[in-house]
Amino acid sequence: MLVFEKSRPGRGVSALPECDVEILKPEEKDIRTSELHLPEMAEVDLSRHYTELAKKAHGVNDGFYPLGSCTMKYNPRVNEKIAALPGFTDVHPLQPVSTVQGCLRVIKETSEALCEITGMNQFTMQPAAGAHGEFTGLLLIKAYHLANGEPQRTKIIVPDSAHGTNPASAVMAGMEVINVDSTDKGLVDLDKLREVCEGNDQIAGLMLTNPNTAGLFDPNIKEITDIIHECGGQCYYDGANLNAVMGWARPGDMGFDCVHLNLHKTFSTPHGGGGPGSGPVGCKEHLAKFMPGVKVVDKDAHSGKDILSFAKAEESLGEMKSFYGNFLVVVKALTYIKMLGKEGIPEASKNAVLNANYMMQKLKGAYDMAFEPEVCMHEFVMDLSRQAKETGVTAMDIAKGLLDNNIHPPTMYFPLTVHEALMAEPCETESKETLDDAINVFLELNDLAYSDPEKLHQAPVKTPVTRLDEVGAARHPVLKYEFE
Amino acid sequence: MGTFVPNTKAQQQEMLKEIGFEKLDDLFAHIPDDVKLKGDLNLPDGMSEMEVSREMKIIADENIVYDTIFRGAGAYKHYIPAIVGNVISNETLQTAYTPYQAEISQGVLQSIFEYQTMICDLTGMDVSNASVYDGGTAAAEAVAMCRERKQNKALVSGAIQPSVMKVIETYCFGNGMELEVIAVKDGKTDLDDLKAKMADDVACVYIQHPNYFGNLEDAAEIGEIAHSAKKCKYIMGVNPITLGVLKTPREYGADFAVGEGQPLGLPIAFGGPYIGFMASIDSMKRKLPGRIVGQTTDHNGKIGYVLTLQAREQHIRREKASSNICSNQALCALAVGVYLSAMGNEGIKNVATQCYSKAHYMAKRFEEIGFQVENKDFFHEFVTTSDTDIHVILKALSEAGILGGLPLDSHRILWCCTEMNSKADIDRVIDILKEV
Repeated sequence: MLVFEKSRPGRGVSALPECDVEILKPEEKDIRTSELHLPEMAEVDLSRHYTELAKKAHGVNDGFYPLGSCTMKYNPRVNEKIAALPGFTDVHPLQPVSTVQGCLRVIKETSEALCEITGMNQFTMQPAAGAHGEFTGLLLIKAYHLANGEPQRTKIIVPDSAHGTNPASAVMAGMEVINVDSTDKGLVDLDKLREVCEGNDQIAGLMLTNPNTAGLFDPNIKEITDIIHECGGQCYYDGANLNAVMGWARPGDMGFDCVHLNLHKTFSTPHGGGGPGSGPVGCKEHLAKFMPGVKVVDKDAHSGKDILSFAKAEESLGEMKSFYGNFLVVVKALTYIKMLGKEGIPEASKNAVLNANYMMQKLKGAYDMAFEPEVCMHEFVMDLSRQAKETGVTAMDIAKGLLDNNIHPPTMYFPLTVHEALMAEPCETESKETLDDAINVFLELNDLAYSDPEKLHQAPVKTPVTRLDEVGAARHPVLKYEFE
Repeated sequence: MGTFVPNTKAQQQEMLKEIGFEKLDDLFAHIPDDVKLKGDLNLPDGMSEMEVSREMKIIADENIVYDTIFRGAGAYKHYIPAIVGNVISNETLQTAYTPYQAEISQGVLQSIFEYQTMICDLTGMDVSNASVYDGGTAAAEAVAMCRERKQNKALVSGAIQPSVMKVIETYCFGNGMELEVIAVKDGKTDLDDLKAKMADDVACVYIQHPNYFGNLEDAAEIGEIAHSAKKCKYIMGVNPITLGVLKTPREYGADFAVGEGQPLGLPIAFGGPYIGFMASIDSMKRKLPGRIVGQTTDHNGKIGYVLTLQAREQHIRREKASSNICSNQALCALAVGVYLSAMGNEGIKNVATQCYSKAHYMAKRFEEIGFQVENKDFFHEFVTTSDTDIHVILKALSEAGILGGLPLDSHRILWCCTEMNSKADIDRVIDILKEV
């Protein structure tokens, strides 16, 4: 039942005192005439309403969440405790810098740690999410080419296996996407890349994740970034998959010029049912003067005092959002970075890769692995084309079967280069016991596909609702509650 | 070192052995040497939870928390009922992913559907999306949405929040839209300048109401002027807290209502996370960026909710998507939903009325002590001018634990009152300033 259906006029929460000054109103011409229909609820009913909603949701605390490319690792509770400190929640973004030294320190320390982890020279915390970071990175590349007097560089190379946000961000940056097909091993096709790039003065750059969306580390990465640089382009690293390589390989050393990270993936901040995330962007020195927002410096230019202060990049491309990004998310990420430290961070990646390989090897007999890698990184892609052909059971059916077993399904039908894809990313925060249980469920569902496929077509049956009519929802959109 | 890895060293070895490897490093053997990191990361050693709690508390304490705040300018301190924090701390709601798997995400989806309904109700619009990053990006995305093949120009009022203007500029730098700023006259959008700038290639007119200086715009007239060009859309950026009292953007004739949702239950938190809301009239719904939740039924005819109209979105449309947005601010939308439900109709009218009344009381008191108030028709923010240097004013207040208004130049200050500012607080400010 919707909150509006539970509303009863006259109920409410006793939040505010009476107004202690004379009550005044704007002129008649600006007064609202349309009626309000906000819920009128006693606090107890409100509390129960949201408890009920929580029961109909699935968080990392509810069970295994191997959602590929999303890095649904456990979100430490200490992060939340720290981000709730009044020293962080109750400071105004426009307070004088001398009164927000702690906030500036959070931004500075996080930037420095992320520079070290990625091999970049500077970071901005302003982008609010991964896609926002991609857009930022592309604008950096655009600003760079414009400053070099090369406005014709508008073509950006994106592999066919890339996240959908990559091409969408490119368009927002006024760039045209060139798709380059991958090899049958799931890697960048060097010949095709050369063909596109050689002597091409319209190339703005390349967007790539490494490891890629198939969970494979591209061993030719240096050659790839060299090809792009040779034709005058810049290389953008989509940090969605950084959890595989922290402390092992750095985008900066791979030849990338700028990166975005997802603090809500790699650095353990919660996804919130779809945000708030945080998508800081880092770059090498030659792009730093175009950075958006502000950076933290050690001296206040205004007063000459040795306090932390904000400074703007000389040829800054502007502001990605108001203020300094999703600050409290940055606080959580810094807490996590400090807890793990120099050993814990590579340790996390090691175990993420171990867990993925363990699961992949155990499932290999029952499920075909896309591109048949010997070793994967933090995730792997199953291809259910065989099951689909032999039993009619699709990746979607297996995913829905997992729901009845309290496991959040892997990412479905991605990357687009694999037809019946299920992309699993177990994360380092899962134990062998959890993995073993999940492996058994996967194997049982595969058996079920061959013995009783209809059961899987009907799944899920234990969830609050069964499969929903998405076509109907799009054809006859009901996008809000209609009051009588 | 702190760790969140549950597997013991022995278990790790056991797992490695089972899959035919000797040591963990072997899993990284295929990374070429020339890109492999030599040596350790140059980071401090890890810490226990107790140590990190102490260290972060020290950092938090380096900030000054003002109990009394008279500064707004895009971030507003309002009372947040306890239940808001309580609900958004629920671990399930807090740690869930974007609700792609609808069958196990009904709680998140329903909360977004309720949020969309409340935003439509507040703004008078037909359709709301599930949120964007903040008020600035909401404005910028709305401007970008209005672009047509022959309408590539946006007219934006010079009286909007400066940081929002900068975000719009940045998005226009990306997509190549032309941006023209409408002049400001007497603290408001200059209607004559707007009229002069109207042309067939104008895609949209964007204003903020109340504007950056707190003034109420001639919002209905601006709408009429905007609509005098055939394809031009009218976007209003509004502070949602004012909508308990002020006309809805729909009543003023807007096609889009956008804004910063932070005043609806989110802490000021040094600028984020906040939430951008976006709502439109029905005919523009397929151009809205981001997630939208719709109602439908399951196989058994039971009512349920799904992400819908996904043909607009990046994961389906890639380079043809209406925006690249993927993660938005769902947990903040949840906070907004809880806040509006806790406040209810009377609560939200009460907040708006108190903001308005207190700001007018404070402005009157300022005039009594010789400050000039620039505004005639304002909501809960206003600008004062005085001969006293702003630094002297703000320092005197700061010493009394009060964060004064935002300095605009050496003699002008932008003040804000909300329901949090008591009459006694206001009188105290006036008493202090009488002395300086």
